[in-house]
Amino acid sequence: MDVMTDGNTLLTIRDLRIEGLSGEAWLPIINGVSLHLDRGEVLGLIGESGAGKSTLGLAGMGFTRDGCRITSGSISFDGIDLVSASPERKRSLLGRRIAYVAQSAAASFNPAHRLIDQHTEGPVLHGVSSREDSREDARSLYDRLRLPDPGNIGFRYPHQVSGGQLQRAMTAMAMSCRPDLIVFDEPTTALDVTTQIEVLAAIRDIVEQFGTAAIYITHDLAVVAQMADRIKVLLNGDEVEENDTRTMLSHPAEPYTRSLWAVRSFRRPEQAPAPAGTVPVISIRGVTAGYGADIDVLHDVSFDIHTGRTVAVVGESGSGKSTVARCITGLLPPRQGEVRFDDEVLPPGYRHRTRDQLRQVQMIYQMADTALNPKLRVRDIVGRPVQFYRGYRGTRLLERVEELLSQIELDPGQFINRLPSELSGGQKQRIGIARALAAEPRFIICDEVTSALDQLVAEGILKLLDRLQRELNLSYMFITHDLATVRAIADEVVVMKDGHVIELGAKTDMFSPPHHAYTDLLLSSVPEMDPDWLDRLLAQRGRNNIGEAARLGIDRAAHRQSTL
Amino acid sequence: MSRLIVMIAQRLALGVFTMFIVSIVIFAAIEALPGDFAQAILGQGATPEAVAAIRDSLGMDRTAVERYFAWLGGAVTGDFGVSFSQLSFQSQYGQTGERDVVTVADQLRPRFANTIFLAATAAVVAVPLSLGLGILAALYRGSVLDRIANIGSLTSISSPEFFVAYLLILFLSAANPIFPSISKIHADLDFWQQVYRTVLPALTLTLVVTAHMMRMTRVAIINLLSSQYIEMARLKGVPRWRIIVHHALPNALAPIINVVALNLAYLVTGVVVVEVVFVYPGVGQLFVDAVKLRDMPTVQACCLIFAAAYILLNLTADVVSVLTNPRLRHPR
Amino acid sequence: MGFLLYVALPLAVLTGLAWTVRRIVARTSQGRFGAAFRAMPMTAAFGLTVVSIYVIGALCAPVLAPYGESQVFDEFNLFPGENPAFVLGTDQLGRDQLTRLLYGGRNTIGIAFITTMLAFLLGATLGFLAATLGGWLDQALSRAIDVLMAIPQLIFALLLITILGQSTLNMILVIAVLDSTRVFRLARAVGGTIIVMDYIEAARLRGEGLGYLIFREILPNAAAPLLAEFGLRFCFVFLLIAALSFLGIGIQPPLADWGTMVRELSIYIAYAEYGDWQAASLPLLPASAIALLTVAVNFVVDWMLDRHSGLKS
Repeated sequence: MDVMTDGNTLLTIRDLRIEGLSGEAWLPIINGVSLHLDRGEVLGLIGESGAGKSTLGLAGMGFTRDGCRITSGSISFDGIDLVSASPERKRSLLGRRIAYVAQSAAASFNPAHRLIDQHTEGPVLHGVSSREDSREDARSLYDRLRLPDPGNIGFRYPHQVSGGQLQRAMTAMAMSCRPDLIVFDEPTTALDVTTQIEVLAAIRDIVEQFGTAAIYITHDLAVVAQMADRIKVLLNGDEVEENDTRTMLSHPAEPYTRSLWAVRSFRRPEQAPAPAGTVPVISIRGVTAGYGADIDVLHDVSFDIHTGRTVAVVGESGSGKSTVARCITGLLPPRQGEVRFDDEVLPPGYRHRTRDQLRQVQMIYQMADTALNPKLRVRDIVGRPVQFYRGYRGTRLLERVEELLSQIELDPGQFINRLPSELSGGQKQRIGIARALAAEPRFIICDEVTSALDQLVAEGILKLLDRLQRELNLSYMFITHDLATVRAIADEVVVMKDGHVIELGAKTDMFSPPHHAYTDLLLSSVPEMDPDWLDRLLAQRGRNNIGEAARLGIDRAAHRQSTL
Repeated sequence: MSRLIVMIAQRLALGVFTMFIVSIVIFAAIEALPGDFAQAILGQGATPEAVAAIRDSLGMDRTAVERYFAWLGGAVTGDFGVSFSQLSFQSQYGQTGERDVVTVADQLRPRFANTIFLAATAAVVAVPLSLGLGILAALYRGSVLDRIANIGSLTSISSPEFFVAYLLILFLSAANPIFPSISKIHADLDFWQQVYRTVLPALTLTLVVTAHMMRMTRVAIINLLSSQYIEMARLKGVPRWRIIVHHALPNALAPIINVVALNLAYLVTGVVVVEVVFVYPGVGQLFVDAVKLRDMPTVQACCLIFAAAYILLNLTADVVSVLTNPRLRHPR
Repeated sequence: MGFLLYVALPLAVLTGLAWTVRRIVARTSQGRFGAAFRAMPMTAAFGLTVVSIYVIGALCAPVLAPYGESQVFDEFNLFPGENPAFVLGTDQLGRDQLTRLLYGGRNTIGIAFITTMLAFLLGATLGFLAATLGGWLDQALSRAIDVLMAIPQLIFALLLITILGQSTLNMILVIAVLDSTRVFRLARAVGGTIIVMDYIEAARLRGEGLGYLIFREILPNAAAPLLAEFGLRFCFVFLLIAALSFLGIGIQPPLADWGTMVRELSIYIAYAEYGDWQAASLPLLPASAIALLTVAVNFVVDWMLDRHSGLKS
């Protein structure tokens, strides 16, 4: 029952409800969401985890994952009813008129075939073009997407190509049949910030050039601001609001949307630098370390962390920032150099440290799921360090655990007997903090503590850490790749790249020019909540001075300098 | 390419090394036999001459290392020595002439061919059948067909070989005399006669192995079908048959070959019980008899053969899975 | 037809019983335990019921059996039904077959259970130690186990029994050691996935000792997969012991056991030719008793594994 629609409408979803099978019961994922998309328009779908944005995006393709079902509502693509269409009919649309770009390109390319063969499969199957023509077209698409060596890169296998390049190759594959609609499902979430910008620019250009309509799914507001004409906000399977991008950014109507926007504005007042001559809590001096026999991951790393201050260690994946933490805690004894606590050298391996030395350095982890033993109750998780270091037992122990839970703003009566599986993500992270506090340390390493959390929850954690720092005079080392977090909480910043400290200093100095070239690239690559940001940046830096190309340029310059 | 060759060479070397270690373990077994084992063979009433004769023929005057290499050298060329029961017979009756002695190798040769024949017959039926059923069960996962296959195969796996064997004998031999319950195999039989007499033992093995192989194939395919590149292929509008043939199969090769090799290796041990039930003249039966008589040279020879078959199968699976891995075939 | 009745009727009764048990437990118990029973598939309920019956039968064999385990009567080689005092007849020594069957179950199941326990004690201890300590200990143990596993288990068992001599104790020790290799592999793998968790790192950095790490942090998280593996290993050991006994080199007389009974009774199978199904199906009685228990345990394990993987996703 195809319905005629006006010529400009491409996709209409009305009052769609989708349920998912969880254990024995069907639970709602989407509760009656409607959506409208015109030809050539880009709609941003934004929401936190569990909002149902991916499910809705796939439903726009007439596709539901195994274990999901559409219970009511209609999906009409160019007049074709996708809910009642036969599988054959839907199959003839998929790839040809509606295409998909997944989050993880590495997992979504078939490892057994060359990129170009996967690219030409769609056009040949759907009878859009011949294999030869499609290959020729692939090369030109690769060129437009600014992939290196576009003539030959297609003859590589997926594992031979980097993540950022694969993501662009997948965009090219989605374009292979010149579809009317592409669904982008968090295409840059897994990428480093300097790589992300390159992929964003490439995707936006090609969508503009071919006038393709798109649904762009992401949890990152700043990213969607660059990509979308309109934005729809989802929360737990319900629509919160929808508006065009500029209005949405400047005048969000709903309290939930406003709270999302407000997250970015949390700034802790920066503290005055420590007076010269004070002894740092932790001092890392000339540390060189690595795994295996001769591969160094860290090269001559040195920096100090002072009492009551927060040092953010910033870098992309592979920069060695987590390895620094392993050296401080003693999990990875350095090959050279030393770590001092209160001007006293710590033994390199944790096995040789005294109980008091171990107590003073605590850690909070990124994944609260793996940081808490799923079989232990909160009272044992938090109580064990108290018992272990302080020797408390019985009611004294219980009182201390309750005190700690109150400190992290969880009601002891309600939470003390819960298992980690009975806690939300933010609550788990709070228990992780309580466990660190239970040791009564002076120094805490926070390893990407907010990056697995939704923004509102992450903000709560940052505020809590800030409060605890002031109350207990704690020192933090914040490992992060997220510059927004750095802006929010750091006093000092250490920038790392390939195991070297590139730059270090006070936050205000770091965020104002002149920077080291890499710091500049890193800072300028962080998307801002301004729809014109990407255009401005590309105009400023030039298309060949972002992402991989820019990183290579910096490396070459550094090499020239060192050989001179 | 060179990394691939290095990897395969490594696997082969590892296989040879494992075989070497295993041969040491098997040889060490004879050394571990408590007491003087010339005495042990003959029992309490042995004459000193008999004991001396056996010691002589076993080379007891040499060191263990010398004897090991002599044994290994013999084993590689197919000479496993003379069985204890033969030695015992000789020494009792004073026949020392080497001529009339039946060596372990003489006993093994026809039986080895028979065992290979039995295992091959079972494999020829079981492999295609179970792969087909396994893929079907994976494709129609959760359906009635899948559930029946699941319960059926679980039951079949859980049944000891002799249960399946006696059920078959009861129905296909005792109640309805279609096939012989005892497999009298000898050299004079033509091919089809031999097949006819091998039907029941082969069927028993097939039933047990098929169930195993089918379940493992099903799991391997289901794991594969849940990967993201299969979802991507569906979202590209690729038809179902092409997803299976073009996208799943090239990646399924390694897991499926592993499944097949693992089950053929299982077949190796399965033959022992089945041969005993059907009095099938194979290596397995010889092995069990030798164990009861504590006839060490024969036990060692049988052990070595079974272990070699097992290691060879696992090695093949290893090499093939290296060969089919695109990451190794096309290095960066 | 009669044979079908003997098979279909007990299975139907067991299934009915399983259904009833599931309903009663689901109704009467609350919380997670009750929920688990309510969501339990029929196969698992069937398995649990059968396993319970076997356990009760094995424990109460001396009460249930009409005579003593090795009690000998003058009437030997009696056919089933020939004398109402011996329902299943007597063997060539004049021992009651029904009594032998009951005691055979007790012995075979008991010995298999003890062997599996030994294998787990040895394998799990070494496996967790290897996973936790790593380094040379892990390397040495893993390589040694690789070699042990390069020889098929039944074959290796036969070799070792030849050396040590045929006795029930030797068989238990040999199988326990050989089977502990599989347990080692699993325990090491499970331990390995747990040891990389951040909560283990946190405990190490706190300065906790090896005992606390293994018993408080690792073991509770490894319990579910280990329990499922225990079921599978028990099945395997049970079948291996039955096979060895069937071959005449496993459990030794005068202990009654199912594997030996199958072999001794197998001559009766020829009576099918004369239409005496009662006699002909005699060897199938212990054989199907073995099969039924293994099927039942497998059903339960299947369900446990399913639940376990379901929780993960």
